[in-house]
Amino acid sequence: MSEHKITVCVNGNDMSGHAEARLTLVDFLRDVLGLTGTHIGCEHGVCGACSVIMDGKPVRSCLMYAVQADGHDVTTVEGLEADDGTMSPLQDAFWENHALQCGYCTPGMLIAGHALLSYNLSPTDEEIRHAIGGNLCRCTGYQQIVEAVRMAAEKIRGETS
Amino acid sequence: MKAAPFDYRRATSIDDACRALSEGGDEARLIAGGQTLVPLMAMRLARPTLLIDINGIAEMSGIAIDGDHLVIGGGTRQSDALGSEIVQRHLPLLADALSHVGHDQTRNRGTIGGSLANADPAAELPLIAQLLEADMIARSVESTRTIAASSFFESAMATALAPNECLTEIRFPLWREQKTGYGFHEVSIRDSDFALAAAAVQLTLDDKGACTRLHIAIGGASPAPMRLGEVESALLGTNLEDRTLHAETARLATLVDPQGDIHADASYRRRVARVMTERALQSARDRAMGTNP
Repeated sequence: MSEHKITVCVNGNDMSGHAEARLTLVDFLRDVLGLTGTHIGCEHGVCGACSVIMDGKPVRSCLMYAVQADGHDVTTVEGLEADDGTMSPLQDAFWENHALQCGYCTPGMLIAGHALLSYNLSPTDEEIRHAIGGNLCRCTGYQQIVEAVRMAAEKIRGETS
Repeated sequence: MKAAPFDYRRATSIDDACRALSEGGDEARLIAGGQTLVPLMAMRLARPTLLIDINGIAEMSGIAIDGDHLVIGGGTRQSDALGSEIVQRHLPLLADALSHVGHDQTRNRGTIGGSLANADPAAELPLIAQLLEADMIARSVESTRTIAASSFFESAMATALAPNECLTEIRFPLWREQKTGYGFHEVSIRDSDFALAAAAVQLTLDDKGACTRLHIAIGGASPAPMRLGEVESALLGTNLEDRTLHAETARLATLVDPQGDIHADASYRRRVARVMTERALQSARDRAMGTNP
């Protein structure tokens, strides 16, 4: 089995480490880099808990090997907050709307919502549901998550304080 | 849920990938988007000893019109094809089907060639390739050959690709007749999940509304996507009135023999296959008549 030294730009910082070829990106983020915000659920691409943004687009980090991310840009849930630790409008809206209970799906939901709002600041509920369609939540019934994404869009547009 | 150990190398060109495949032996596999292969490896249903990464090979991706074909590179991301103006304008059926393939997160990695080469029986892209009689261009160190879709999809997860071949390009024939329309309908457990049954239709009408050209195919109800030649023959030349479509699609009861599973039993899938086929025919007819753009 081959082992590779890789460098991934995670949340704006170049981070290096060794990765056996079979190490998935999510295991690399959590176990090698210590960034445990990204969760591992099903490990075969069904639940969406491990979603991260790679080169500007949401992907499942359990469905790629870390070595494949060498030289690429990755944003994890840790990268959504401001430099001073202030929560993003989307994270705030999750809190305000009780859009989580156990929190297991939350990093993936935040990434999916963040990706949607990066190109659409006036999403319809249907567009929001479509954007989180690849993410499973067993607590909320999704309604509060949809409301949170909608509120975050309103906040970013400046319609609510 | 961790893959068995393997070696990894990145290919720099199609030639390089083909060489690595032939040197790597039977247990070498190409990896593109990985959206089918990585789960199979996690479940250890696949245990390649060498993965050759074809991501980032520029000559593997691209979308273009070449005469009467839409040509898509095997490594083209599904999300890029879905967002492509060329695809939307020349082959809207493919864009429609792509919107049902997985989710944003999987389409951003998953490739057109990867979905076809893995040939999941419920996947949408093999269904469209089968429907339109697409040509698959397969390259190896020794040769480049064209495989017709009708002989490409052999069974569930099995294709005519040899272990040393790379699916570099897919050529979808374009129908240039004026009154051409398509329909695509599927039923799945969740939005964007694999289809329990899916049906795709493309057809052409003459000035009097009679059907002069007709392709019908279904997916999810058989080990590989299948054309419904018997229904096509029965409907050609007719005006595709609702009651005709309803009567002729009844043939599906004996034409398809789906496998039941925990999500849906065989009789339900058979019924859904018929209803989806009927709806896809109606949509295609209405689009061809210009009443359903």
